Amino acid sequence: METIAVVDYNLGNLHSVSKAVEHVAPDARVLVTDDHAQIAQADRVVFPGQGAARDCMKAISDHHVEAAVREAAEVKPFLGICMGLQVLMEYSDENGGTPLLDLFPGQVRHFARGRVDDNGVPLKIPHMGWSQVNQAIDHPMWQGIDDQSRFYFVHSYYIVPDDKSIVAATTDYIDPFACAIASDNLFAVQFHPEKSADAGLQLLKNFVNWKP
Amino acid sequence: MGLAKRIIPCLDVDAGRVVKGVKFVDIRDAGDPVEVARRYNEEGADEITFLDITASSDERETIVHVVEEVAGEVFIPLTVGGGIREVADVRRMLKAGADKVAINTAAVFNPEFVKEAADSFGSQAIVVAIDAKRVSGEGEPSRWEIFTHGGRKPTGIDAIEWSQKMADLGAGEILLTSMDRDGTKIGFDNELTRAVAEAVPIPVIASGGVGDLDHLVDGIKLGGADAVLAASIFHFAEYSIGEAKQHMADAGVEVRL
Repeated sequence: METIAVVDYNLGNLHSVSKAVEHVAPDARVLVTDDHAQIAQADRVVFPGQGAARDCMKAISDHHVEAAVREAAEVKPFLGICMGLQVLMEYSDENGGTPLLDLFPGQVRHFARGRVDDNGVPLKIPHMGWSQVNQAIDHPMWQGIDDQSRFYFVHSYYIVPDDKSIVAATTDYIDPFACAIASDNLFAVQFHPEKSADAGLQLLKNFVNWKP
Repeated sequence: MGLAKRIIPCLDVDAGRVVKGVKFVDIRDAGDPVEVARRYNEEGADEITFLDITASSDERETIVHVVEEVAGEVFIPLTVGGGIREVADVRRMLKAGADKVAINTAAVFNPEFVKEAADSFGSQAIVVAIDAKRVSGEGEPSRWEIFTHGGRKPTGIDAIEWSQKMADLGAGEILLTSMDRDGTKIGFDNELTRAVAEAVPIPVIASGGVGDLDHLVDGIKLGGADAVLAASIFHFAEYSIGEAKQHMADAGVEVRL
Protein backbone atom coordinates (compact mmCIF):
# COMPACT_ATOMS: atom_id res chain seq x y z
CA MET A 1 0.00 0.00 0.00
CA GLU A 2 1.33 3.43 -0.94
CA THR A 3 1.66 6.10 1.69
CA ILE A 4 0.94 9.73 0.85
CA ALA A 5 2.07 12.32 3.39
CA VAL A 6 0.21 15.62 3.57
CA VAL A 7 2.64 17.93 5.33
CA ASP A 8 0.97 19.54 8.33
CA TYR A 9 2.65 22.50 9.91
CA ASN A 10 -0.42 23.78 11.67
CA LEU A 11 -1.42 26.35 9.09
CA GLY A 12 -4.93 26.44 7.84
CA ASN A 13 -7.28 23.73 6.87
CA LEU A 14 -5.74 20.47 5.66
CA HIS A 15 -9.00 18.63 6.01
CA SER A 16 -10.05 19.35 2.44
CA VAL A 17 -6.67 18.43 0.98
CA SER A 18 -6.50 15.12 2.81
CA LYS A 19 -10.17 14.31 2.07
CA ALA A 20 -9.70 15.00 -1.62
CA VAL A 21 -6.54 12.87 -1.78
CA GLU A 22 -8.33 10.05 0.05
CA HIS A 23 -11.20 10.39 -2.40
CA VAL A 24 -8.97 9.80 -5.45
CA ALA A 25 -6.65 7.26 -3.76
CA PRO A 26 -8.95 4.97 -1.78
CA ASP A 27 -6.25 2.30 -1.60
CA ALA A 28 -3.50 4.55 -0.28
CA ARG A 29 -2.72 5.47 3.30
CA VAL A 30 -3.03 9.25 3.63
CA LEU A 31 -1.16 10.71 6.60
CA VAL A 32 -1.53 14.28 7.74
CA THR A 33 1.77 14.71 9.52
CA ASP A 34 4.62 16.96 10.59
CA ASP A 35 6.79 13.98 11.50
CA HIS A 36 10.14 13.96 9.68
CA ALA A 37 10.36 10.17 9.57
CA GLN A 38 6.84 9.76 8.21
CA ILE A 39 7.45 12.34 5.50
CA ALA A 40 10.80 10.69 4.68
CA GLN A 41 9.18 7.24 4.44
CA ALA A 42 6.14 8.32 2.41
CA ASP A 43 5.94 7.37 -1.25
CA ARG A 44 4.49 10.75 -2.20
CA VAL A 45 4.34 14.12 -0.51
CA VAL A 46 1.67 16.81 -0.74
CA PHE A 47 2.80 20.19 0.54
CA PRO A 48 -0.15 22.56 1.04
CA GLY A 49 0.12 25.97 2.57
CA GLN A 50 -1.91 28.93 3.65
CA GLY A 51 -1.53 32.22 5.37
CA ALA A 52 1.11 34.87 4.93
CA ALA A 53 4.66 34.13 3.74
CA ARG A 54 6.35 34.96 7.03
CA ASP A 55 3.91 32.86 9.11
CA CYS A 56 4.29 30.02 6.67
CA MET A 57 8.12 30.09 6.83
CA LYS A 58 7.99 30.36 10.61
CA ALA A 59 5.62 27.39 10.87
CA ILE A 60 7.88 25.33 8.60
CA SER A 61 10.77 26.14 10.91
CA ASP A 62 8.82 25.67 14.18
CA HIS A 63 7.58 22.26 13.07
CA HIS A 64 11.05 21.22 11.83
CA VAL A 65 9.65 20.13 8.49
CA GLU A 66 12.09 22.12 6.34
CA ALA A 67 14.66 19.33 5.94
CA ALA A 68 11.98 16.74 5.18
CA VAL A 69 10.32 19.01 2.62
CA ARG A 70 13.63 19.80 0.91
CA GLU A 71 14.51 16.14 0.75
CA ALA A 72 11.07 15.11 -0.56
CA ALA A 73 11.20 17.84 -3.22
CA GLU A 74 14.47 16.29 -4.47
CA VAL A 75 13.62 12.62 -4.54
CA LYS A 76 9.92 11.69 -4.69
CA PRO A 77 6.65 12.75 -6.30
CA PHE A 78 5.97 16.10 -4.69
CA LEU A 79 2.92 18.32 -5.08
CA GLY A 80 2.97 21.89 -3.76
CA ILE A 81 -0.36 23.71 -3.41
CA CYS A 82 -0.94 27.48 -3.10
CA MET A 83 1.53 28.75 -0.46
CA GLY A 84 3.22 25.37 -0.99
CA LEU A 85 4.16 26.67 -4.43
CA GLN A 86 5.15 30.16 -3.36
CA VAL A 87 7.55 29.14 -0.59
CA LEU A 88 9.58 27.10 -3.09
CA MET A 89 10.79 30.37 -4.60
CA GLU A 90 13.63 32.55 -3.43
CA TYR A 91 11.99 35.61 -1.97
CA SER A 92 8.53 37.08 -1.40
CA ASP A 93 7.55 40.72 -1.27
CA GLU A 94 4.98 39.82 1.40
CA ASN A 95 5.38 41.08 5.00
CA GLY A 96 7.92 43.67 3.91
CA GLY A 97 10.13 41.01 2.31
CA THR A 98 10.45 37.35 3.32
CA PRO A 99 13.24 34.94 2.33
CA LEU A 100 11.77 31.59 1.20
CA LEU A 101 13.09 28.05 0.72
CA ASP A 102 14.92 29.03 -2.48
CA LEU A 103 14.50 25.77 -4.39
CA PHE A 104 13.89 27.81 -7.53
CA PRO A 105 15.29 31.26 -8.34
CA GLY A 106 12.57 33.87 -8.60
CA GLN A 107 10.29 36.19 -6.71
CA VAL A 108 6.78 36.26 -5.30
CA ARG A 109 4.94 39.52 -6.01
CA HIS A 110 1.66 41.20 -5.07
CA PHE A 111 -0.97 41.81 -7.76
CA ALA A 112 -0.98 45.31 -9.20
CA ARG A 113 -3.64 47.45 -7.49
CA GLY A 114 -6.05 49.89 -9.04
CA ARG A 115 -7.15 48.12 -12.25
CA VAL A 116 -10.84 48.02 -13.20
CA ASP A 117 -12.88 45.44 -15.13
CA ASP A 118 -15.23 45.90 -18.12
CA ASN A 119 -18.04 46.94 -15.77
CA GLY A 120 -15.90 49.71 -14.30
CA VAL A 121 -15.61 47.90 -10.98
CA PRO A 122 -12.15 47.54 -9.37
CA LEU A 123 -10.47 44.17 -9.99
CA LYS A 124 -10.56 42.59 -6.59
CA ILE A 125 -7.60 41.35 -4.60
CA PRO A 126 -7.43 38.54 -3.50
CA HIS A 127 -7.90 36.83 -6.83
CA MET A 128 -10.74 34.62 -5.62
CA GLY A 129 -12.63 32.21 -7.85
CA TRP A 130 -12.41 30.12 -10.99
CA SER A 131 -9.86 31.08 -13.65
CA GLN A 132 -8.72 29.33 -16.78
CA VAL A 133 -5.44 27.46 -16.57
CA ASN A 134 -3.47 27.57 -19.82
CA GLN A 135 -1.26 24.51 -20.02
CA ALA A 136 2.24 25.51 -21.15
CA ILE A 137 3.70 22.02 -21.50
CA ASP A 138 2.61 18.42 -21.96
CA HIS A 139 2.83 16.72 -18.61
CA PRO A 140 1.39 13.56 -17.01
CA MET A 141 -0.23 15.83 -14.40
CA TRP A 142 -2.43 17.35 -17.14
CA GLN A 143 -3.68 13.99 -18.35
CA GLY A 144 -7.46 13.98 -18.83
CA ILE A 145 -7.70 17.73 -18.12
CA ASP A 146 -8.69 19.98 -21.00
CA ASP A 147 -6.43 22.93 -21.72
CA GLN A 148 -8.02 26.12 -20.31
CA SER A 149 -10.02 24.22 -17.70
CA ARG A 150 -11.00 26.39 -14.77
CA PHE A 151 -9.52 25.88 -11.32
CA TYR A 152 -10.30 27.61 -8.02
CA PHE A 153 -7.82 30.26 -6.87
CA VAL A 154 -7.50 32.31 -3.68
CA HIS A 155 -4.35 34.43 -3.45
CA SER A 156 -2.95 37.95 -3.48
CA TYR A 157 0.62 37.07 -4.47
CA TYR A 158 1.96 35.19 -7.50
CA ILE A 159 5.28 33.68 -8.48
CA VAL A 160 7.71 35.07 -11.06
CA PRO A 161 10.26 32.29 -11.66
CA ASP A 162 13.55 33.27 -13.34
CA ASP A 163 13.67 30.03 -15.30
CA LYS A 164 10.64 30.12 -17.61
CA SER A 165 11.25 26.50 -18.67
CA ILE A 166 9.75 25.29 -15.36
CA VAL A 167 6.39 26.99 -16.08
CA ALA A 168 3.75 24.27 -16.57
CA ALA A 169 0.75 26.61 -16.84
CA THR A 170 -0.23 30.26 -16.78
CA THR A 171 -3.35 32.16 -15.79
CA ASP A 172 -4.47 35.67 -16.59
CA TYR A 173 -5.77 37.79 -13.73
CA ILE A 174 -4.80 41.46 -13.65
CA ASP A 175 -1.61 40.28 -15.43
CA PRO A 176 -0.62 36.87 -16.82
CA PHE A 177 1.32 34.82 -14.27
CA ALA A 178 2.75 31.32 -13.79
CA CYS A 179 0.20 29.22 -11.91
CA ALA A 180 1.99 25.85 -12.10
CA ILE A 181 5.59 24.73 -12.26
CA ALA A 182 7.12 21.34 -13.07
CA SER A 183 10.65 20.10 -12.51
CA ASP A 184 11.59 16.40 -12.49
CA ASN A 185 9.64 14.83 -9.60
CA LEU A 186 8.11 18.11 -8.46
CA PHE A 187 4.86 19.76 -9.52
CA ALA A 188 3.38 22.76 -7.76
CA VAL A 189 0.26 24.81 -8.37
CA GLN A 190 -1.11 28.15 -7.20
CA PHE A 191 -4.75 27.05 -7.41
CA HIS A 192 -6.54 24.62 -5.10
CA PRO A 193 -7.11 21.25 -6.80
CA GLU A 194 -8.89 20.05 -3.66
CA LYS A 195 -11.54 22.76 -4.26
CA SER A 196 -11.66 22.62 -8.06
CA ALA A 197 -14.38 20.00 -8.58
CA ASP A 198 -13.73 17.43 -11.32
CA ALA A 199 -10.67 19.09 -12.87
CA GLY A 200 -9.04 19.32 -9.45
CA LEU A 201 -9.81 15.74 -8.54
CA GLN A 202 -8.36 14.62 -11.88
CA LEU A 203 -5.14 16.50 -11.15
CA LEU A 204 -4.87 14.86 -7.72
CA LYS A 205 -5.55 11.49 -9.30
CA ASN A 206 -2.80 12.15 -11.83
CA PHE A 207 -0.46 12.93 -8.95
CA VAL A 208 -1.32 9.69 -7.17
CA ASN A 209 -0.54 7.76 -10.38
CA TRP A 210 2.46 9.84 -11.42
CA LYS A 211 5.73 7.95 -11.94
CA PRO A 212 8.32 10.64 -12.62
CA MET B 1 -10.74 35.53 -20.57
CA GLY B 2 -10.29 36.07 -16.89
CA LEU B 3 -12.09 35.26 -13.73
CA ALA B 4 -15.51 33.60 -13.90
CA LYS B 5 -18.40 35.18 -12.02
CA ARG B 6 -19.52 32.70 -9.39
CA ILE B 7 -22.99 31.28 -8.79
CA ILE B 8 -23.48 30.32 -5.17
CA PRO B 9 -26.56 28.42 -4.04
CA CYS B 10 -27.35 29.15 -0.41
CA LEU B 11 -28.86 26.63 1.97
CA ASP B 12 -30.62 28.02 5.02
CA VAL B 13 -30.36 25.17 7.50
CA ASP B 14 -32.64 24.83 10.52
CA ALA B 15 -31.94 21.90 12.85
CA GLY B 16 -30.43 19.87 10.03
CA ARG B 17 -33.01 20.63 7.32
CA VAL B 18 -32.83 23.05 4.39
CA VAL B 19 -35.50 25.74 4.71
CA LYS B 20 -36.14 29.01 2.98
CA GLY B 21 -37.80 31.90 4.70
CA VAL B 22 -39.61 34.61 2.80
CA LYS B 23 -38.47 37.84 4.41
CA PHE B 24 -37.11 35.56 7.13
CA VAL B 25 -40.55 34.65 8.42
CA ASP B 26 -42.54 32.10 6.42
CA ILE B 27 -40.39 28.98 6.26
CA ARG B 28 -40.73 26.05 3.82
CA ASP B 29 -38.88 22.73 4.02
CA ALA B 30 -36.57 22.03 1.06
CA GLY B 31 -34.79 18.84 2.02
CA ASP B 32 -31.71 17.18 3.43
CA PRO B 33 -28.73 19.56 3.21
CA VAL B 34 -26.24 16.87 2.26
CA GLU B 35 -28.41 15.68 -0.62
CA VAL B 36 -29.11 19.21 -1.75
CA ALA B 37 -25.41 20.12 -1.64
CA ARG B 38 -24.54 17.00 -3.63
CA ARG B 39 -27.09 17.94 -6.30
CA TYR B 40 -25.80 21.51 -6.57
CA ASN B 41 -22.26 20.26 -6.91
CA GLU B 42 -23.27 17.92 -9.72
CA GLU B 43 -25.09 20.78 -11.45
CA GLY B 44 -21.92 22.87 -11.43
CA ALA B 45 -22.26 25.22 -8.45
CA ASP B 46 -19.08 27.26 -7.99
CA GLU B 47 -19.39 27.31 -4.23
CA ILE B 48 -22.00 26.42 -1.60
CA THR B 49 -23.04 28.54 1.37
CA PHE B 50 -24.78 27.16 4.46
CA LEU B 51 -26.53 29.59 6.76
CA ASP B 52 -27.40 27.99 10.06
CA ILE B 53 -30.61 29.54 11.36
CA THR B 54 -31.13 27.00 14.12
CA ALA B 55 -32.51 28.80 17.13
CA SER B 56 -32.25 26.07 19.76
CA SER B 57 -28.77 25.65 21.15
CA ASP B 58 -28.98 21.87 21.60
CA GLU B 59 -29.42 21.49 17.83
CA ARG B 60 -26.50 23.80 16.96
CA GLU B 61 -24.11 20.90 16.56
CA THR B 62 -26.09 19.53 13.60
CA ILE B 63 -24.56 22.06 11.19
CA VAL B 64 -21.08 20.79 12.06
CA HIS B 65 -22.08 17.27 11.02
CA VAL B 66 -23.67 18.58 7.84
CA VAL B 67 -20.44 20.38 6.92
CA GLU B 68 -18.32 17.34 7.75
CA GLU B 69 -20.42 15.10 5.60
CA VAL B 70 -20.58 17.50 2.65
CA ALA B 71 -16.84 18.26 2.81
CA GLY B 72 -16.06 14.57 2.49
CA GLU B 73 -17.61 14.33 -0.95
CA VAL B 74 -18.12 17.80 -2.41
CA PHE B 75 -14.85 19.35 -3.56
CA ILE B 76 -15.73 23.00 -4.12
CA PRO B 77 -15.48 25.88 -1.62
CA LEU B 78 -17.91 25.71 1.31
CA THR B 79 -18.96 28.68 3.44
CA VAL B 80 -20.79 28.44 6.74
CA GLY B 81 -22.55 31.30 8.50
CA GLY B 82 -24.95 31.76 11.37
CA GLY B 83 -24.00 31.77 15.02
CA ILE B 84 -20.30 32.50 14.45
CA ARG B 85 -19.48 34.54 17.54
CA GLU B 86 -15.92 33.77 18.57
CA VAL B 87 -12.66 32.42 17.24
CA ALA B 88 -13.50 28.96 18.58
CA ASP B 89 -16.63 28.89 16.37
CA VAL B 90 -14.53 29.77 13.31
CA ARG B 91 -11.99 27.08 14.15
CA ARG B 92 -14.70 24.46 14.65
CA MET B 93 -16.29 25.17 11.27
CA LEU B 94 -12.97 25.21 9.41
CA LYS B 95 -12.00 21.98 11.13
CA ALA B 96 -15.29 20.43 10.05
CA GLY B 97 -14.32 21.19 6.45
CA ALA B 98 -15.61 24.69 5.74
CA ASP B 99 -13.28 26.91 3.71
CA LYS B 100 -14.81 30.16 4.85
CA VAL B 101 -17.07 31.35 7.62
CA ALA B 102 -19.54 34.21 7.36
CA ILE B 103 -19.64 36.55 10.35
CA ASN B 104 -22.69 38.74 10.69
CA THR B 105 -24.13 40.02 13.95
CA ALA B 106 -20.98 39.34 15.95
CA ALA B 107 -19.07 41.78 13.71
CA VAL B 108 -21.54 44.52 14.57
CA PHE B 109 -21.18 44.03 18.30
CA ASN B 110 -17.43 43.49 18.14
CA PRO B 111 -15.73 44.61 14.91
CA GLU B 112 -12.34 43.54 16.29
CA PHE B 113 -13.57 39.94 16.08
CA VAL B 114 -13.24 40.19 12.30
CA LYS B 115 -9.61 41.26 12.67
CA GLU B 116 -8.92 38.56 15.20
CA ALA B 117 -10.45 35.89 12.95
CA ALA B 118 -8.62 37.15 9.86
CA ASP B 119 -5.31 37.26 11.74
CA SER B 120 -5.84 33.71 12.99
CA PHE B 121 -7.09 32.03 9.83
CA GLY B 122 -6.31 34.41 6.97
CA SER B 123 -8.62 36.84 5.18
CA GLN B 124 -9.50 34.21 2.59
CA ALA B 125 -11.45 32.34 5.29
CA ILE B 126 -13.44 35.31 6.57
CA VAL B 127 -16.61 36.55 4.88
CA VAL B 128 -18.52 39.37 6.50
CA ALA B 129 -22.26 39.08 5.93
CA ILE B 130 -24.05 42.42 5.76
CA ASP B 131 -27.82 42.77 5.90
CA ALA B 132 -28.65 46.21 4.52
CA LYS B 133 -31.90 48.09 4.24
CA ARG B 134 -32.59 51.27 2.32
CA VAL B 135 -33.29 54.12 4.75
CA SER B 136 -33.38 57.08 2.36
CA GLY B 137 -36.76 58.46 1.32
CA GLU B 138 -38.07 59.29 -2.16
CA GLY B 139 -35.93 61.92 -3.84
CA GLU B 140 -33.14 61.72 -1.26
CA PRO B 141 -29.67 60.39 -2.15
CA SER B 142 -29.66 56.61 -1.65
CA ARG B 143 -28.52 55.46 1.74
CA TRP B 144 -28.56 52.04 3.38
CA GLU B 145 -28.09 50.96 6.97
CA ILE B 146 -27.16 47.61 8.37
CA PHE B 147 -29.62 45.53 10.35
CA THR B 148 -29.06 42.57 12.64
CA HIS B 149 -31.13 39.65 13.91
CA GLY B 150 -32.43 38.57 10.54
CA GLY B 151 -33.20 42.10 9.48
CA ARG B 152 -35.25 43.06 12.53
CA LYS B 153 -32.89 45.33 14.46
CA PRO B 154 -31.59 48.60 13.01
CA THR B 155 -28.08 49.68 14.02
CA GLY B 156 -27.84 53.17 12.53
CA ILE B 157 -24.60 52.13 10.79
CA ASP B 158 -24.13 53.17 7.16
CA ALA B 159 -23.75 50.08 4.97
CA ILE B 160 -21.07 51.49 2.64
CA GLU B 161 -18.88 52.77 5.45
CA TRP B 162 -19.36 49.51 7.28
CA SER B 163 -18.25 47.48 4.23
CA GLN B 164 -15.08 49.52 3.98
CA LYS B 165 -14.39 49.10 7.67
CA MET B 166 -14.83 45.33 7.41
CA ALA B 167 -12.41 45.18 4.48
CA ASP B 168 -9.89 47.25 6.46
CA LEU B 169 -10.19 44.86 9.40
CA GLY B 170 -9.32 41.90 7.19
CA ALA B 171 -12.55 40.52 5.73
CA GLY B 172 -11.76 38.60 2.54
CA GLU B 173 -15.19 38.97 1.02
CA ILE B 174 -18.54 40.70 1.59
CA LEU B 175 -21.84 38.79 1.43
CA LEU B 176 -24.29 41.61 0.85
CA THR B 177 -28.00 40.95 1.40
CA SER B 178 -30.69 43.50 0.66
CA MET B 179 -33.30 43.10 3.39
CA ASP B 180 -35.75 45.01 1.23
CA ARG B 181 -35.45 42.42 -1.52
CA ASP B 182 -34.84 39.19 0.37
CA GLY B 183 -37.61 36.72 -0.47
CA THR B 184 -39.40 39.12 -2.83
CA LYS B 185 -38.20 37.59 -6.14
CA ILE B 186 -38.07 41.02 -7.79
CA GLY B 187 -34.27 41.09 -8.20
CA PHE B 188 -31.22 42.32 -6.28
CA ASP B 189 -30.92 45.91 -5.10
CA ASN B 190 -28.34 46.55 -7.82
CA GLU B 191 -27.72 50.12 -6.73
CA LEU B 192 -26.73 48.89 -3.29
CA THR B 193 -24.51 46.16 -4.73
CA ARG B 194 -22.75 48.58 -7.04
CA ALA B 195 -22.20 51.13 -4.30
CA VAL B 196 -20.48 48.50 -2.13
CA ALA B 197 -18.60 46.80 -5.00
CA GLU B 198 -17.06 50.12 -6.00
CA ALA B 199 -16.22 51.04 -2.42
CA VAL B 200 -14.26 47.96 -1.35
CA PRO B 201 -11.16 46.24 -2.78
CA ILE B 202 -12.47 42.73 -1.93
CA PRO B 203 -15.03 40.54 -3.75
CA VAL B 204 -18.74 41.22 -3.18
CA ILE B 205 -21.46 38.55 -3.32
CA ALA B 206 -24.92 39.92 -4.17
CA SER B 207 -27.82 38.35 -2.28
CA GLY B 208 -31.52 38.86 -1.69
CA GLY B 209 -34.34 39.00 -4.21
CA VAL B 210 -33.53 36.63 -7.07
CA GLY B 211 -36.69 35.46 -8.82
CA ASP B 212 -35.48 34.68 -12.32
CA LEU B 213 -32.27 34.19 -14.26
CA ASP B 214 -32.14 37.76 -15.62
CA HIS B 215 -31.77 38.93 -12.04
CA LEU B 216 -28.51 37.00 -11.79
CA VAL B 217 -27.21 38.72 -14.93
CA ASP B 218 -28.28 42.12 -13.56
CA GLY B 219 -26.44 41.47 -10.29
CA ILE B 220 -23.22 41.14 -12.27
CA LYS B 221 -23.75 43.71 -15.03
CA LEU B 222 -25.64 46.42 -13.13
CA GLY B 223 -24.54 45.59 -9.60
CA GLY B 224 -20.90 44.87 -10.43
CA ALA B 225 -20.93 41.83 -8.11
CA ASP B 226 -18.19 39.21 -8.24
CA ALA B 227 -20.65 36.46 -7.34
CA VAL B 228 -24.40 36.01 -7.05
CA LEU B 229 -26.13 34.05 -4.33
CA ALA B 230 -29.62 32.60 -4.52
CA ALA B 231 -31.65 30.08 -2.60
CA SER B 232 -35.27 29.44 -3.43
CA ILE B 233 -35.03 29.47 -7.25
CA PHE B 234 -32.66 26.51 -6.98
CA HIS B 235 -34.22 24.65 -4.03
CA PHE B 236 -37.61 24.22 -5.58
CA ALA B 237 -36.05 23.22 -8.90
CA GLU B 238 -37.46 26.24 -10.72
CA TYR B 239 -34.07 26.43 -12.41
CA SER B 240 -30.98 24.26 -12.27
CA ILE B 241 -27.56 25.77 -11.67
CA GLY B 242 -26.62 24.64 -15.17
CA GLU B 243 -29.52 26.57 -16.71
CA ALA B 244 -28.56 29.63 -14.70
CA LYS B 245 -24.97 29.48 -15.91
CA GLN B 246 -25.95 28.96 -19.53
CA HIS B 247 -28.31 31.92 -19.30
CA MET B 248 -25.55 34.09 -17.88
CA ALA B 249 -23.08 32.92 -20.53
CA ASP B 250 -25.61 33.74 -23.26
CA ALA B 251 -25.95 37.21 -21.76
CA GLY B 252 -22.19 37.71 -22.04
CA VAL B 253 -21.21 36.99 -18.45
CA GLU B 254 -18.06 34.91 -18.03
CA VAL B 255 -18.95 31.75 -16.07
CA ARG B 256 -17.48 28.30 -15.48
CA LEU B 257 -19.46 25.91 -17.69
